[in-house]
Amino acid sequence: MDGRDGQPRTGAPGDHAGRGNAAAEGGGRVGGGFARFVALFTALDQTTKTNAKVAALAAYFREAPEADRVWCIALLAGRRPKRMLPSTLLRDWAAERAGLPLWLFEESYAVAGDLAETIALILPEGGGRSDASLSDWIGRLRTLPTLEEAERKALVLEAWERLGPTERFVFNKLLTGGFRMGVNAKLMTRALAQATGIDAPELAHRLMGDWQPDRATWESLVLAPDPGEAASRPYPFYLAYQLDDRPESLGEAGDWAAEWKWDGIRGQLILREGQHFLWSRGEELMTDRFPEFAAARDFLPEGCVLDGEVLAWDHAAEAPQSFNALQARIGRKTVPKTLLAQAPVVLRAYDLLEWQGADWRARSFAERRAQLEAALAPLPDAAPVRLSPLVAFDDWARLAAARETSRARQAEGLMLKRWGSPYLAGRRKGDWWKWKVDPLTVDAVMIYAQAGHGRRANLYTDFTFAVWDGPPGEAALVPVTKAYSGLTDAEFRRITAWVRKNTLERYGPVRAVRPVHVFEIHFEGIRKSTRHKSGVALRFPRMARWRVDKPAEDANTLADLQAMLAAYG
Amino acid sequence: MLAGMARDPVLTFTERGIYCPSGDFFVDPWRPVDRALVTHGHADHARRGHARYLATAGSAPVMRHRLGDIRLETIRYGEARRIGGATVSFHPAGHVPGSAQIRVEVGGEAWVVSGDYKVEDDGLSEPFDPVRCHAFISECTFGLPIFDWAPQADVVAQIEGWWRANAAAGRASVIGAYALGKAQRIIASVDASIGPILTHGAVEATNAVLRAQGVPLRETVPVTAEVRGKDHPGALVIAPPSALGTPWMRRLGAASTGFASGWMRLRGVRRRRAADRGFVMSDHADWAGLNAAIAATGAERVFVTHGYTAAFRAWLESRGYDAAVVETEFEGESLERAGAGEESPT
Repeated sequence: MDGRDGQPRTGAPGDHAGRGNAAAEGGGRVGGGFARFVALFTALDQTTKTNAKVAALAAYFREAPEADRVWCIALLAGRRPKRMLPSTLLRDWAAERAGLPLWLFEESYAVAGDLAETIALILPEGGGRSDASLSDWIGRLRTLPTLEEAERKALVLEAWERLGPTERFVFNKLLTGGFRMGVNAKLMTRALAQATGIDAPELAHRLMGDWQPDRATWESLVLAPDPGEAASRPYPFYLAYQLDDRPESLGEAGDWAAEWKWDGIRGQLILREGQHFLWSRGEELMTDRFPEFAAARDFLPEGCVLDGEVLAWDHAAEAPQSFNALQARIGRKTVPKTLLAQAPVVLRAYDLLEWQGADWRARSFAERRAQLEAALAPLPDAAPVRLSPLVAFDDWARLAAARETSRARQAEGLMLKRWGSPYLAGRRKGDWWKWKVDPLTVDAVMIYAQAGHGRRANLYTDFTFAVWDGPPGEAALVPVTKAYSGLTDAEFRRITAWVRKNTLERYGPVRAVRPVHVFEIHFEGIRKSTRHKSGVALRFPRMARWRVDKPAEDANTLADLQAMLAAYG
Repeated sequence: MLAGMARDPVLTFTERGIYCPSGDFFVDPWRPVDRALVTHGHADHARRGHARYLATAGSAPVMRHRLGDIRLETIRYGEARRIGGATVSFHPAGHVPGSAQIRVEVGGEAWVVSGDYKVEDDGLSEPFDPVRCHAFISECTFGLPIFDWAPQADVVAQIEGWWRANAAAGRASVIGAYALGKAQRIIASVDASIGPILTHGAVEATNAVLRAQGVPLRETVPVTAEVRGKDHPGALVIAPPSALGTPWMRRLGAASTGFASGWMRLRGVRRRRAADRGFVMSDHADWAGLNAAIAATGAERVFVTHGYTAAFRAWLESRGYDAAVVETEFEGESLERAGAGEESPT
C-alpha cells in the first residue's frame, strides 16, 4: 500500500502524478532486453504500414539477445505462455496498489476492455527500473504457479514498481496470457527472412511443429535445425481464399480440379519413423484426441504425409456425420469408449505432401493427386483414411449445378485447385479457391447489445437477435442468435450512439435496447438445440446487412427457421 | 430530486436545460428559450434559436461566427450581474479561450455550472479558477481513474518528436484535432522552428476569429485547393478529425497521421482509428482534475452531467458527497466521433 488509499490520487489541479500512457509512447528507457522488446511492441503498435512493421521486426531479430528472439517468435506465433494467475488476484492487487475500490476498477475495466491495459493505466508511477531481458521476465513468470500467494503478490508488485508504463502493459499481457501483437505469421517469416537471409517458406516450415521456446535456441530453431528432431514437424498448410467472382474468371475449366469442401477440421497426418502425428490447421497436435489414426500405420508406408479433413464418420452409410458429432470429440483430450463408438473419425485425404520420405510440395497437384489415389486405392474400409473424391465437370455451368447440391452432401461448397499448382505455404491467391454455397439468411431484430473488447472496447459490437414467435397480433420476440461481426467501424459507431440513447434496461454489461433495428443475419447451418429457448442454434452467424429499410414487424418468424431446420438440419 | 426543500432550488433541471426560476433564465439550454447564459462556443452548449444570449467577451466572436446574427450581450470574467432574483457571474473554465463556469447566487446560496473544463493551464485559455459554492454541477467526460493526463509539455514533446522524425523522412505530419480549442492549443505550443504549420479550412476560419479578438496565434498556412505538400516540406498539418483519411489529404503527399484526444489514452480506441499515432491531449479534466476541482469548490452537493456519470456519482457518494446524476444533451469529447467521423464540439 502506498498510504494513499481512500484519497483521490492527486491533491491539486496541476499535480499530475502517475500517468503514463500504456503503449502510446515508448516508455523512454532503452537498456535491458525487455525494454528492447517493449520498444519493438511500441513500434509495431505505432504504425499501420506493413513495411514499417516488417522492418521493425527484422531489426529486432538482428539485434535482440538470442533467447529473446526465440521468445518473440513464440509470442508472435501464438505460443504464448498460459495465464499464470487467476485474474481476480491481479484485479485485487492492482486496485489495492492504486488505492481504489474494486468496483471502480471493474468499471474502468469495462471501459478499457482489456485487463492488462486497465492495470497499467490505473497504477501510480513506479519509479524503479529493470535491466532484465524478455526471457528473464518470462522465466520469472513461469515460477508463479509454484509459489505461495504472498510470494506471487510480491513478485508481481515488484515488477509493477520497476517497470515503466508501456513495459507494465506488456508485462501484464504476458501475465494474463492474452498477448497479441498484430503481426501475422506471414509478416513474421518475412521479417525473419530479411534478418537471416533464409527463404521465407523454409523458415515457415522450420517454425512448425512442437518446439518449445524455453528449450529451443536461435541456432536450433532458425539457423540450423537438427533434421533428427523433425519427425513430428508438419508442413505449413496451404490455405485458400474465398472466390467472390464467377468461376469463369479463373479461365479454362479444364485447368481446374474440384473437390467437395467438407465441414470438419483440417488435419495433417504424418507417418514417420514408426510414429504418427495429427496436426490441426491451428498447429495443435491432436494425435491423442483421435486414437483412430494409430491404425493408419498398418496401412500406409513410412515417410507419408497427408492433408485432409478430419470428419466424424458413419461407417454404415460411408458418409460424414454432422459437425455436431465431431464437436463432441474436439473438446475431449481422452475419449470414452462409448463416444469412440458413436462418433468415430476418419481423415478424408485430398493431398499428398510427402511420399517415401520426399517432400512432394513442389510437384503439381495432378501428380500429387495421382500418387494419393494410388496410395489409398488398396485401403480397406477398416483404415481410418478415405480418399476425398473429385467432382467431375467439363464446364463451369455443370460445376455450378453440382455446387448447388453441396448442402445435401453435407459439404460447405467446393474447393477449386489448379491442376498445375504446387502446394504453397499459407494463404495465397491464384491457384486454390474455396467456392462456398451461399449462406442461409434470416432477418432478425436486435434486442441486446454488449460492448466489445480490445480494438472494439467501448463500442457496442456484440448483439443478440430475435425472431417473432406466436400467432399474429400476439407474436413475441424470441432470441435466436448472437452475432458480432460483419459491420463496418462506421456502422458500429452509429449503432453505438443509438444504443446509448435507446437502452431500456441494463444487466451488468448487457443493455436491452428498443427492438426496432432489423439485421440480415447470414449463417452456415442450423441445428436443433435444447440449450436455446428458441430450440434452434445457428452456425457461424454474422451480420450481413443492417436493414434500415425494414421495420421490426417484418422480421422473420421462428416458424421460418423451423422450416429451414427441417430442410437442412 | 429536490422535493422537500424549504424553498425553490437555485437551479432546476428541465427538458430544455438547466433553469434558474428566480432569474428566469437557462444555462446552455438545448431547446429554444427566451434567455440563455452560455458557458462557451462549442455547438452542444451554444445552440441556435434562443431570443437572447449572455456570454463572455472571449466567447462572443466564435458564437457570432458559428450562430450568425444573434442577440448577444457580453460579460467580463468575475463581473456580477443581477438577473431577476439571481446574481450571476462568469469564471474561467480553462476549456477553450473564453470558456466559463457560471455562478448563480439566490438568497445567499451559490451554485456553479461547470460547463466543460480542464484544470491544467494550456497557455492559451484563461486558466481554470475554482469557485466556492454550495452546489456544483460538473461534467465528467473522463470520470474514471484510467484517464490520467501527462503534463502538456510532455505531450507537446511527443508531438514534436513525431513531427521531427516525419520531417526528416520527408513526410508531412497530419494531426486531427478539434477546430476550436485543441487545434489552437497545438499551434501555440509546438516548436515552430521544426517546420511550417498548415491548417485545414475549418481550423483556419476559427484561427482568424481568435486572432481578431487578440488571441496570440502564430502565422499558419491555410491548405487551399492550390496548396501542395511538396511546396511545404516538413509541415505539421492541423485538420479536424473528420478530414483524416479523406481525399482532402491527397494534396499533402506522403504523410503520417495522428489524433489528439483524451480517448487516445485507450489502446482500443487508438487502434480503431487506424492512424499512426495517438496523442493523449484533452480539453477536459482527467480523473485527478475532476476530483481536485470538485474538492476546491467546497461544495457538498454535486450534480454530474455528461460522461461516466453513474460510476463517478457512486465514487463521489463513497467520498461523502451528496451526489446525483443529471441527464443532459451535452456531449463533451464524444467517443463515437473522437478522431473520426463528423466534426464534434469538445
